Amino acid sequence: MITIRNVHKSFGAQKVLDGLDLDIPDGKITAIIGPSGEGKSVLLKHLIGLLQPDSGAVEVDGESIVDVRRSELNRIRDKFGMLFQNVALFDSMTVFENVAFPLQEKTTLSKGDIRGRVISALEDVGLNNIENKFPDELSGGMKKRVGLARAMVLNPKIILFDEPTTGLDPIIKRAIHQLIKDTHAKFGFTAVIVSHEIPEIFDVAQNVAMLFQGKILQHGTPDKIINSAEPAIRQFISGTLDGPIQMMR
Amino acid sequence: MVQTLGHITIGVVRDLGRTGWFLLYSLYMIVRRPGSFVHVLKQLRFIGTKSLFVIVLTGAFTGMVLGLQGYYTLTKFGSEGMLGTAVALSLIRELGPVLTALMVTGRAGSAITAEIGIMRITEQIDALETMALDPFKYLVTPKFIAAMISLPLLCAIFDVIGIYGGWLVGVKLLGVNPGAYFYEMEKSVVWRDVYSGFVKSFSFGVIIAWIACYKGYYAGHGAEGVSKATTESVVLTSVIILIWDYFLTSVLL
Repeated sequence: MITIRNVHKSFGAQKVLDGLDLDIPDGKITAIIGPSGEGKSVLLKHLIGLLQPDSGAVEVDGESIVDVRRSELNRIRDKFGMLFQNVALFDSMTVFENVAFPLQEKTTLSKGDIRGRVISALEDVGLNNIENKFPDELSGGMKKRVGLARAMVLNPKIILFDEPTTGLDPIIKRAIHQLIKDTHAKFGFTAVIVSHEIPEIFDVAQNVAMLFQGKILQHGTPDKIINSAEPAIRQFISGTLDGPIQMMR
Repeated sequence: MVQTLGHITIGVVRDLGRTGWFLLYSLYMIVRRPGSFVHVLKQLRFIGTKSLFVIVLTGAFTGMVLGLQGYYTLTKFGSEGMLGTAVALSLIRELGPVLTALMVTGRAGSAITAEIGIMRITEQIDALETMALDPFKYLVTPKFIAAMISLPLLCAIFDVIGIYGGWLVGVKLLGVNPGAYFYEMEKSVVWRDVYSGFVKSFSFGVIIAWIACYKGYYAGHGAEGVSKATTESVVLTSVIILIWDYFLTSVLL
């Protein structure tokens, strides 16, 4: 369980998170939706300690990750895998080296075992025979899959996805969403997905939280969000120009 | 006005603190977790081996121009036999370490800043952090170790090539006695001269790795941020090298 309580975060004069509260349940897929620039990625980075809140608490399984020693933070980070918006594959390494890297650095597995785990992780995301390619030789969808394989290779308890389908065509989007669902069903990790993909994300997530004006406006099952009476949520889902979100701009 | 001045002062103090912390943490990591031997070897190849050509070239021409200038100055006093001493001392004590450091700054320092800066803006450094791995171990300490080893060696090569460049011009082209060139040099150059050159180039290695890594690590946003960081890295490193050279010279003389 990840617990976020009364988190505030500003960058200079710009207030991004303003007393945000959220509980992320174990073993489920939680989607964080909301307009662009509202701080969804900022929130995601707070969950893994890449950003520290100005005030408030973030706890993973009851352990705080705010203002803790680096060694302590790293111990908690071992529970996580993360797929970045731009994938963040190491561009000077091959696909194999990228996926093998966490295994080489965090385990004492033999070279043969690492090879087996990497091939298996790549097969899990539907990739074969691309181990020797470099990231810049791959398509956007393939990069996302390699990123997912790297995030999953240590079998983390929690995986964070920062806009996993941005910039992809509708078919690959669907394939990535299906992949997340399938791997979640297979491994049972806790997933947090930052996404703009309406309505597809309602089919992927079991919980949805709408971030607006630095707070979670509403949090619940996809049905609850779809049928919400909140004007901002209704406007965001329907994509209309008139409403409170438009008034913000 | 006062508020702006206050903001600027706070910004400068914060940056200075962060820069100092970066150096201390890097040195701490060298002792604590120096990174893999393979990473250090790769950086030795990049900073050291790949700088050889430019060092040999600049060393040769620096020695040649010293030979030329030294000859015309020394003949005025009838002391052209001292040419070897003049060339060797200028190179070993001063020009070797400084020019080697400036060449490596231009060739490798800028590339280090750009590499780490690109890794910063493409979230590759964040990716390392999310894997609970310390980015310093992979990106910073191998470069520090490689620069600290490479600079004194490159400087030694620069000195030797430069001495032979001076010999080529002084002895072969201008007719200085070859025995006098090397004999006077051997008589005048003492261990302390070599030692001071070594200390300088070693410390310049630390400065190059420090500023190049720091500027890349804290590069701003986008391509413009990396470009700005790279320019600042080269300018700041060059300036610090020259200032530090003055202080070291005044201590080591």
